[in-house]
Amino acid sequence: MQELEHFKDHHREATIFNGRVIFTMLLVLSMLGVLLSRYYNLQVVNYETYATQSDNNRILVQTIHPKRGLIFDVNGELLADNRPSYALSLTPENIPNVSQTIETLQRLIDISDDDIQRFYKSLKSGRRPYQAVPLRYRLTEEEIALIAVNEYRLPGIEVEAQLVRSYPSPFLFAHTVGYVGKINDREWNRFTEEEQARYKGLPTIGKIGLEKYYENELFGTTGFQHVEINARMRVLRTLEREPPVPGKDLHLHLDRRLQETAYRAMEGRRGSVVAIDVKTGGVLAMLSTPTYDTNLFVTGISHKDYDALTDSLDLPLFDRSIQGTYPPASTIKPAFGLVGLDSKTITTSHRIFDPGYFKLENDDRLYRDWKRTGHGWVNVHKAIVQSSDTFFYDMAYRTGIDTLHRYGKMFGLGERTDVDLPNERSGLWPSREWKQANKGIPWFPGDTINVGIGQGDAAATPLQLAVMTATLANRGVRLRPQLVKAMNNEPIAPKVVSRMDNVSDRHWNVIHKAMHDVIHASNGTGRRISRNLSYEMAGKTGTAQVVGIKQGEEYDSAALRERHRDHALFIGFAPYKNPQIAISIVVENGEAGSSAAAPVARKMFDAHLLGEYLSKEPPKVVQKLGVQP
Amino acid sequence: MSSVRQRDFLRRMPSASNDLRQRRSFWQAIHLDPLLLGLLIVLTMGGMWVLYSASEGSLRMVQRQATFFGLAYLGMFAVAQIRLSLISRWALVLYLGGVCLLIAVIFFGVGAKGAQRWLSLGGFRFQPSEIMKLAMPIAIAAYLSGKTLPPKFKHVFWSLVLVAIPTVLIVRQPDLGTSILVAISGIIVLFYSGLSWRYILSAITLLGASIWPMWAYVLRDYQRQRVLTLFNPESDPQGAGWNIIQSKTAIGSGGVSGKGWLEGTQSHLNFLPESHTDFIIAVFAEELGFIGVLLLLGLYLLIVMRGFMIAVNAQDSFRRLLAGSITLTFFIYVFVNVGMVSGLLPVVGVPLPLVSLGGTSLVTLMIGFGLLMAISTEQRLVVNK
Repeated sequence: MQELEHFKDHHREATIFNGRVIFTMLLVLSMLGVLLSRYYNLQVVNYETYATQSDNNRILVQTIHPKRGLIFDVNGELLADNRPSYALSLTPENIPNVSQTIETLQRLIDISDDDIQRFYKSLKSGRRPYQAVPLRYRLTEEEIALIAVNEYRLPGIEVEAQLVRSYPSPFLFAHTVGYVGKINDREWNRFTEEEQARYKGLPTIGKIGLEKYYENELFGTTGFQHVEINARMRVLRTLEREPPVPGKDLHLHLDRRLQETAYRAMEGRRGSVVAIDVKTGGVLAMLSTPTYDTNLFVTGISHKDYDALTDSLDLPLFDRSIQGTYPPASTIKPAFGLVGLDSKTITTSHRIFDPGYFKLENDDRLYRDWKRTGHGWVNVHKAIVQSSDTFFYDMAYRTGIDTLHRYGKMFGLGERTDVDLPNERSGLWPSREWKQANKGIPWFPGDTINVGIGQGDAAATPLQLAVMTATLANRGVRLRPQLVKAMNNEPIAPKVVSRMDNVSDRHWNVIHKAMHDVIHASNGTGRRISRNLSYEMAGKTGTAQVVGIKQGEEYDSAALRERHRDHALFIGFAPYKNPQIAISIVVENGEAGSSAAAPVARKMFDAHLLGEYLSKEPPKVVQKLGVQP
Repeated sequence: MSSVRQRDFLRRMPSASNDLRQRRSFWQAIHLDPLLLGLLIVLTMGGMWVLYSASEGSLRMVQRQATFFGLAYLGMFAVAQIRLSLISRWALVLYLGGVCLLIAVIFFGVGAKGAQRWLSLGGFRFQPSEIMKLAMPIAIAAYLSGKTLPPKFKHVFWSLVLVAIPTVLIVRQPDLGTSILVAISGIIVLFYSGLSWRYILSAITLLGASIWPMWAYVLRDYQRQRVLTLFNPESDPQGAGWNIIQSKTAIGSGGVSGKGWLEGTQSHLNFLPESHTDFIIAVFAEELGFIGVLLLLGLYLLIVMRGFMIAVNAQDSFRRLLAGSITLTFFIYVFVNVGMVSGLLPVVGVPLPLVSLGGTSLVTLMIGFGLLMAISTEQRLVVNK
């Protein structure tokens, strides 16, 4: 037996082998079955998923940002432009050591900690591989050269040009044109999905002024293109393209030369100048001083600059023209004269005796006139020319707050003018209901008396005063003030807000004559600015008591004293016959309207009517309105 | 081994030799199996056609592959002429030579990425582990065919020792994928020799039990990472999972009929890594779709079936075992590659046989087929009815 085992049984070996081959053949078939079911699952069952994934790999939807609309003044001079700016970007995938590269770059050019922080933040937020991340904006020529020279030893860095907003006259139009700035997280999170798609990859948005108000029009429509890319984000070809629609260009009523005239006339003072085209409501000039450099904001203002602006006592960021509310003081008197006449509280010949104060019959309190000795016998004409308080105390008292409130609305007091700027304030034009609701106490007759001279609770923005003046000049036709004259060369029609058709022309003539004599009569409060006047104008001075100093704030005493002085006001229009321009001036703590505010108005009138601008530069016309670019 | 030949001699029939001499055909004279050769040529051509696309229409790369194929077919032809009895006689020498070369790799080897797998001889680089892919089944087949089959425990044990030595040497390089394939080519011989199912089942049980210690002590970090990534490629989409995600995307986006030849976006836009080597089936699946995959796997199946036919018709155990092992190992390469690219198996560096760009592995495979052809066309001493 032992021996026999050494003999090979070939037949048995072959049989065993054949059995095993059959077994493995079945195994092979089932393994192939596994493979095929796997490929069937991937290619047939889940085809859609993988086809989409494959397209997502290779197709990149790029947003193409439209060119932002330009802003021109009335002469076609650029107020907001797009200029190329160079930014340094890094593609981390191509950089062996990012922080080391940044360190090296820091030795070449100025890179702040803010820049680095922002870089790492956008690096962490959703980003495709091989997408470049910006590190520094606004490179100078010298910096670009420095980077170019060292590029060979810094792989993965590149300098990209992008269009950045630029303001040729940043100080003059800080509050009107405004500025664009970086989109911050708060704004981004408030965006709808559509807006996020629109602003994706775009760093800036209109923040204040026209840039904000007309953001949609200036922005245009974002275009898209589908491009095929390879794994290294290299664009190979464009598959589909929807071109962007550029933003609309704005032509303004604002005149750079007139604005500069206001700026120079207000040099060193805080306040506001607003000039309105009487016929159209177009805003010819609107300045709030002090002002600031809007170009600082475009690519991100530094903390130092920003703190300097926000810490300033003079509040340069505050737009006095539409957000500052001041008691209208005596500038209200021409309008009230008309209210008195139209409501038949007074007649043109109605007279009262002004002893220097006004007193209610059963009240001991004296309401003093600014002139201690009084103006003697006063009618409505003299009351306006010499600014008699007593006359208007009496008239207001007899007219009553309800009538005053109703007429005030017709002049646009107490409500927004609806100017095409954001964040306008409505001022305050008091009424019984307002006082009850806000102060919880009823209206007293004494309240009406204070309102009569534009004090008390009454408060108006300089723009509201200008609108009131234009309404006076227009004999009751109130137009909406409008900065934009035309959008993409399409004129924007003037809009009448309200009219006073029932007021008799005779009454308007009386008021206009009185305002004329404020300037031109020998006893007018504004006579000082009539010297060498080659045209006729109408106006009214005002001096508003300052009540707005907050308690407990520590100002140094000299500054405090200066800020306790009265505000100087002036309203006016010119030419006297056929008025073209209406104006309001507020000089904070300027003490007297006649000396501080009226001369500014004269300069504005001279500039607009005679072409005597306080600007050395002639207009640099880039694109005239009505001319296709 | 000489006793085996004597026993064969005893079975010789007096009239056989005359019959055979008359029946020798042209193919038998040049020792080529026409069916197998035809299938291989179809596969080779198809492979180069896909390679042309995978290499971005690079004729240079296709020319390089054609050169390798030329060498490989030459090698196949040469090996097909060798008498199997000679190979059986020199099996041990071949095996020992391979082991020596593997040992040499430890001392003189060159390599990249932390692995030492190559020997460099006067500018010519080759992987000794490739030699082992053939030397292993030859040696085990030669050893076992000298014993009575099914093998006794003693012979199984020594066979396993023969399997273990080169396997351990290759694991150490480290090259886990190749070592497993080399070990499998030896174990397959054992299996075909009639290894008792009892052994097989207990080995499978043992293997199952050793998974944890393997995981904890034997596998290297990158190997563990590969396995982990296999089960959850999305865990690291930019890193280790990238290959699998991209190859699955390529395969899946091919759909039923594919994106068309030269139209695969995943490969042409470089999303698919290794698209002309290990991951070429993904290009194939992306451009030719499920239908293409079906045809390709069908072709592989035909080759495997032909291989098994040759094995079954072989005249003795050595030839049977060798042919069976070569055929099944070939199929396992296909399975591992097609499985790993589609995310069924971990990514081990196994090319798709006869399609992936690659030099030495191509030559090894074709030499294997040369052995099959030799077995298929050898002059028979016994006519099987």
